[in-house]
Amino acid sequence: MSDRPPQGRLRILLGYAAGVGKTYKMLEEAQQLKREGRDVVVGYFEPHGRKDTIEKIDGLEVIPRRRIEYRGRQFEEMDTNAILARHPEICAVDEFPHTNIPGSERPKRWEDVMLLLDAGIGVITTMNIQHLESLNDQMREITGVQVRETIPDWVVNQAEEVVLIDLPPRALLNRLQRGVIYGTDKAQRALDNFFKEPTLAALREMALRQTAHEVEVHQDGPPEAESPEGILIHVTESPAAVALIRRGKRVADYLGAECFAVAVTPSPDPAQLERHMEFARKLHIETRVLESDNPAEALVDFARRNGVTQIFLSKPPKRGLRLFGKRPLVMDIVRLAQDRQVTVVADRRKA
Amino acid sequence: MPAPPRPSPEQLLKQVEAEERGEKRGKLKIFLGYASGVGKSFRMFDEGRRRKMRGQDVVVAATQSVASPETAGLLKHFDVIPPPAGVTGPAIDVDEVLRRHPEVVLIDGLAYHNPPGSKHEERWQDVEELLSAGVNVVTSINLQYIKEKQKQVEAIRGKAVRESVPEAFIRTADEIELVDAAPEYCVTHSLEGPQTAAMDPSQFQRKLSELREIALVLAADVVDHQLEDYLHAQGIKQVYGTHERILVCITPRSNASVMVRRGRRQADRFHGELYVVYVQQDDLSPRDREILDQNLVAAREAAAHVEVLHAEDTIGAILDFAARHGITQIFVGHSQQTGLINRWKPNPVERLIMESDGIDVRVFPHE
Repeated sequence: MSDRPPQGRLRILLGYAAGVGKTYKMLEEAQQLKREGRDVVVGYFEPHGRKDTIEKIDGLEVIPRRRIEYRGRQFEEMDTNAILARHPEICAVDEFPHTNIPGSERPKRWEDVMLLLDAGIGVITTMNIQHLESLNDQMREITGVQVRETIPDWVVNQAEEVVLIDLPPRALLNRLQRGVIYGTDKAQRALDNFFKEPTLAALREMALRQTAHEVEVHQDGPPEAESPEGILIHVTESPAAVALIRRGKRVADYLGAECFAVAVTPSPDPAQLERHMEFARKLHIETRVLESDNPAEALVDFARRNGVTQIFLSKPPKRGLRLFGKRPLVMDIVRLAQDRQVTVVADRRKA
Repeated sequence: MPAPPRPSPEQLLKQVEAEERGEKRGKLKIFLGYASGVGKSFRMFDEGRRRKMRGQDVVVAATQSVASPETAGLLKHFDVIPPPAGVTGPAIDVDEVLRRHPEVVLIDGLAYHNPPGSKHEERWQDVEELLSAGVNVVTSINLQYIKEKQKQVEAIRGKAVRESVPEAFIRTADEIELVDAAPEYCVTHSLEGPQTAAMDPSQFQRKLSELREIALVLAADVVDHQLEDYLHAQGIKQVYGTHERILVCITPRSNASVMVRRGRRQADRFHGELYVVYVQQDDLSPRDREILDQNLVAAREAAAHVEVLHAEDTIGAILDFAARHGITQIFVGHSQQTGLINRWKPNPVERLIMESDGIDVRVFPHE
């Protein structure tokens, strides 16, 4: 396909909370590009009713949003087709992790962005650290909130540049109190809940570290192991599997290890198991299904044949089946996998 | 890596005493950049402008000799206190600032040797005096001037700078704000001049990326310590797991060198910290004693925080240590002598797995 345009460049402005100035910075960059004579449009932006931000859009070309009716109500989404038709050099797209209204062509805004990039359009976009898939469980631990709108790490890794929009929490809290970010009534609620200084400090730290990681990955490419590692994630129908998959994949990414998600059937809940396997595939993990009535043996055997150095398992329930003299799977695998390492991932999802 | 120095107990005591005397120490805010050209000065003066608009009394006590047009434009908003008369070289007129006693003073560039005849040898000591007198200071610094980072940064930049500020002083900041930008931006906006222009651009960008990574991790570490201090001061025991902390438990029998190496690698990859503990056993043979000592040396060489614990309950001691240090992953060895695994009774590793709430456990087989 020689007529395919070169991939557009993706630039992500990463923040740790609403109000740190991502949208403002995005528009400022668009203005700068325009001054430099580049062909830049705004594909989508969320004014949030903030005066400073709205002023920044002055003089920029904005592609009108698309109206979609859903359950008798009007919604507005980014008009991806209109942007493709206009085909600017660079397009500013706010809120990368946004979920489109049902009935849209693509469920997620990041999928729209991928389309723009494939068409050779450069994209500047914004997101908060909370939306990174692999950090979902840690985020819940920190904020007490389960974030639903997530972006797989491999999508974020496509970015040529991830730039951190930093602001100390106290400055953010001042902005919030002055009513810059939300109206004052909503601000009070936000201050009572999410916007607590230690919570913000923790989120900020995660954003700093994640940006450092992105910088490192872009310098060196995926990290090279001095002795290559392979990670096997044992996927089950248990609710703990989701966190296990995220954690295993994150460690694999950081270590530059190959990663497999492996299920052993028959399963007591095949539908649930399949949902977990689908989740793993969405994170770009290779999945395999083994058939055996001895899961420990099947997993260890697979590990040996596929260069797996670490087997990832969930922690067994507190009151295992000890009473009946049955060892938890973890201990069976530890005993069998004499030449492999076994990582038992903690359940971080407890209330 | 070992924890960088934090304010000494004497410093903290002085601070507490000052507070008790009712003196209000000024607040220190630092803009940290990883290279020249990221836009620190602009951001700093822009913050000053906004504070002024909100009615604060803001003056400038130091500027850079070269300023971008945008920064020069911002400077018009402020009163500038010139260097003391008769002094050659860049310096702050500390006495004049104290006499004028503004609410906020902007100091562009924290890392300077003061010229001979100045009150203090270093500019950061001037800043310290202003803070003690209750003046709020907003200042800027580049990564290369932070003393503890200089070796690392010099290796990347290929040149040394003479001026430096101790990291402990940076950590006393009430706020640190990282001025981040893509390396490409610095290439076009660097005021550093011809020596960088002569460098191959892709090589220059690569070097900038390395510096950027160090600055991001430094800022994260400062935030982490502030968070810890805050939680500690509030008596909150919560562990956020923002920072991977790996605890390697060694015994003479465990495959310690592999475990420590893996731990180091994992800690580096996650920009985290490495701890190694050994829980004292009384009945070690001379041979085991020797192996253990070698392992502890290797752990120190891997820049781990090494501790020897004394307890009868090994697993309990490890879990206690993990809880106190906010550990997120425990590495533990496991003997393959199957005879030791009692089918009917949990073995130590199993107990560790079951009782280590919120911590991953990685089990390494013994050879």
